[in-house]
Amino acid sequence: MAFDETKHDYKVIGTRPVRPDGIDKVTGRALYGADLSAPGMLTAAILRSPHAHAKIVKIDTSKAEAMAGVKAVVTSRDFGLPEDQDLRDTQDNCMARDKVLYDGHAVAAVAAINAQVAKAALKAIEVEYEKLPHVIDVDDAMKGDAPLVLEGRALETVPEGWSQNVTNYCEFGHGDLDDGFARADLIVERSFKTGATHQGYIEPHACLASMGPDGRGELWCCTQGQYMVREVCAGIMEIEASQLKVTPSEIGGGFGGKTTVFIEPVALALSRKAGRPVKLVMTREEVFRASGPTIHSSTDVKIGMTKDGTITAARADLRYSGGCYPNGTCEMGAQAAFAPYDLKAVRTYGWNALTNRPKEISYRAPGAPTAIYAVESVVDEMCQKLGLDPVDVRLKNAADKGTKSSYGVTFEDIGLKATLEAAKAHPHYTAPLGPNQGRGLSCGFWFNFGGNASVTLSVNTDGTVNVTEGNPDIGGSRASISMIAAEELGIGYDRVRTIVADTTSIGHSDTTDGSRVTFTVGLATIKAARDAKTKMCARAAALWGIDPEAVEWVDGAAQPSGPNAGKFPPMSLAEIAAVSFQTGGPIAGHHESNADGAGVSFGVHLCDIEVDPETGASKVVRYTVFQDAGKAIHPDYVEGQLQGGAVQGIGWALNEEYIYGEDGILQNPGFLDYRVPVASDLPPIDTVILEVPNPGHPYGVRGVGETSIVPPLAAIANAMSRGAGVRLTQLPMSPPRVLSALMAKG
Amino acid sequence: MVKVTIMGALRHAIDGKAEVEVEASTFKELIDKLSAEYPGLKPQIDRGVSLAVDGRIYREAWLTPIGEAREVVLMPYMKGG
Repeated sequence: MAFDETKHDYKVIGTRPVRPDGIDKVTGRALYGADLSAPGMLTAAILRSPHAHAKIVKIDTSKAEAMAGVKAVVTSRDFGLPEDQDLRDTQDNCMARDKVLYDGHAVAAVAAINAQVAKAALKAIEVEYEKLPHVIDVDDAMKGDAPLVLEGRALETVPEGWSQNVTNYCEFGHGDLDDGFARADLIVERSFKTGATHQGYIEPHACLASMGPDGRGELWCCTQGQYMVREVCAGIMEIEASQLKVTPSEIGGGFGGKTTVFIEPVALALSRKAGRPVKLVMTREEVFRASGPTIHSSTDVKIGMTKDGTITAARADLRYSGGCYPNGTCEMGAQAAFAPYDLKAVRTYGWNALTNRPKEISYRAPGAPTAIYAVESVVDEMCQKLGLDPVDVRLKNAADKGTKSSYGVTFEDIGLKATLEAAKAHPHYTAPLGPNQGRGLSCGFWFNFGGNASVTLSVNTDGTVNVTEGNPDIGGSRASISMIAAEELGIGYDRVRTIVADTTSIGHSDTTDGSRVTFTVGLATIKAARDAKTKMCARAAALWGIDPEAVEWVDGAAQPSGPNAGKFPPMSLAEIAAVSFQTGGPIAGHHESNADGAGVSFGVHLCDIEVDPETGASKVVRYTVFQDAGKAIHPDYVEGQLQGGAVQGIGWALNEEYIYGEDGILQNPGFLDYRVPVASDLPPIDTVILEVPNPGHPYGVRGVGETSIVPPLAAIANAMSRGAGVRLTQLPMSPPRVLSALMAKG
Repeated sequence: MVKVTIMGALRHAIDGKAEVEVEASTFKELIDKLSAEYPGLKPQIDRGVSLAVDGRIYREAWLTPIGEAREVVLMPYMKGG
């Protein structure tokens, strides 16, 4: 039998069933990273650098090791030196080897019988530092005389003449810029700076590690990718992957920040040394000081436009710093910067420079929000100068199917124009504004990708189904996967339960990132369900004594596929499952693959803000998100992704920022001083989901988790410009900055 | 022969050109040939690249056929959050 590759007549997809993790989470039954315990467990703590940049001259742990209740102390001496440079950087970030590279860099760790003893032992560790000059700002770091964070790390792509802090360089685009700018009636050139932000997940990093004397280990942790944790930790611990079992806990937010390890190798090393299980939980201060923030950036944008709003040429120079180790986030920003536009002449240049800040780790659409903030701010300024409608200008220049993107790839079906048209037609676009209020708009974009996934779909003898998959659920994927399985099998959503397995229970799955899970695991679930249906049709055929090819699956049951196949009453999934032991054994469908064709995603955000002219404080008073989801599997979760991204972007735009003192020490490592938006700061975030099917998926699914954080930065800056008459080119637009701009305007 | 667009920062390795032609029928053949014929590309290829084939981006799918493709673009390895 064959199954259609595409499906459109949905019974489950597009409905809003109750979320499967809801009761566990609201009753406290869900087990997060810090909730697990083991007999004989020790508590660990980490000693961190008080300096932004310093050579480690000597570490003396003898006094700590001699303390009663201390069972193990580790430093970099307890780790090997991985050959792979990325792995070596990750290990060095977990435990500094020769020098500390940022305030909060780990230098030693203790496992003790309780937290009090562990903390006391940290104070007994003597570290001799030789302070070194530090550099915090990306523009400063690129200068020839800047203090060097690391030496010899520039890639071969970096042109000569830069500071050794410059490690990455990229360039994208096409067309003749000089000719394009010559044809423009208006050219605007502006420079922008954005602060580093933190993903702000509520659950700190936490793990429980247990290494046995036989070299086998177990690790329970909150992570976006248990297989990633296994590969990285096995590499650092110099053990085989099969000897380390990693179980992901329930996760209290990740947003990209849990796609690497910070503490897990340390906990494993302590456990190996102590011979007992070790729990290690970061404090909030540690999360801010030593786990991944975003890049901070400095960007120049130059755009040429004719009087009718046609963009004739565009250029962006993006200088990013991802902290103290090389990273390629500038490549993502440089590719995304002009993605919403169909341009004949465009060029983007990107640099990464090392600074004495923590190692950057991904945060929703890494690199894109800051790039598109700069571009969309300039486009809005040009619309104002030329008296043009901002949606009309974007529609006039919008990328569409067949557009050669600014990063060189020709788009397939995309939903940008549909989202722009939806924004223009929405009542929000023409609603009256109050005093001191302004309305801003911005486009957003993200690539999305697929990757590896493994799925097993087991048909139980009572007619229920279990789906086992390997991607931690950070945005509702268990519900989506159950719905996809139910849809394919023709059974109710309540008959399916999806679980996220440990690394020994199912094959490899890539990390939950890149807006990939509903697309990729969903695709694997479709294939696994179709595999199971094929097997169930074969069981029915065997019972009926007909050819399996003469059986088809309709509405949750096997039935003869035509009059020549014979007359037999349909056999439901439950009926086939009930006799599965008698007809050949348990029934399960499987699929393992590396999926591609994820399909890019576009969104448009519309935002009203009100600025207090006396204080410079601004408040978002209305906000609407328009985004192409391809096909929304569970619209509640899609709306949640759109709202969550918008809120995080609002925080980035208005308040959130890593603030460093002259001494290179982080000044605001806590939620009191690092201000994320809370419910009372925000209006309801309205959402409009558009569905322009992704041709690379049988249901048309596109990832939705990242695009929504991209537009808020510029949407709010544009609203402020239109409402308060000041164009801020530095984020966050905190009240002192806004007040200063208002006073300068007079 | 497949015409491959090379991202700007790597064009120093292909004499400043924007495109090169390579005899290859799959992603794997392509990156092997590019590494062999243009050694300056090898470090980036070894670190990781994505390949866009007629608008679709592939990260590690070595067996992806490209022989009939209208557009092939060598890109940085994609990452996300």
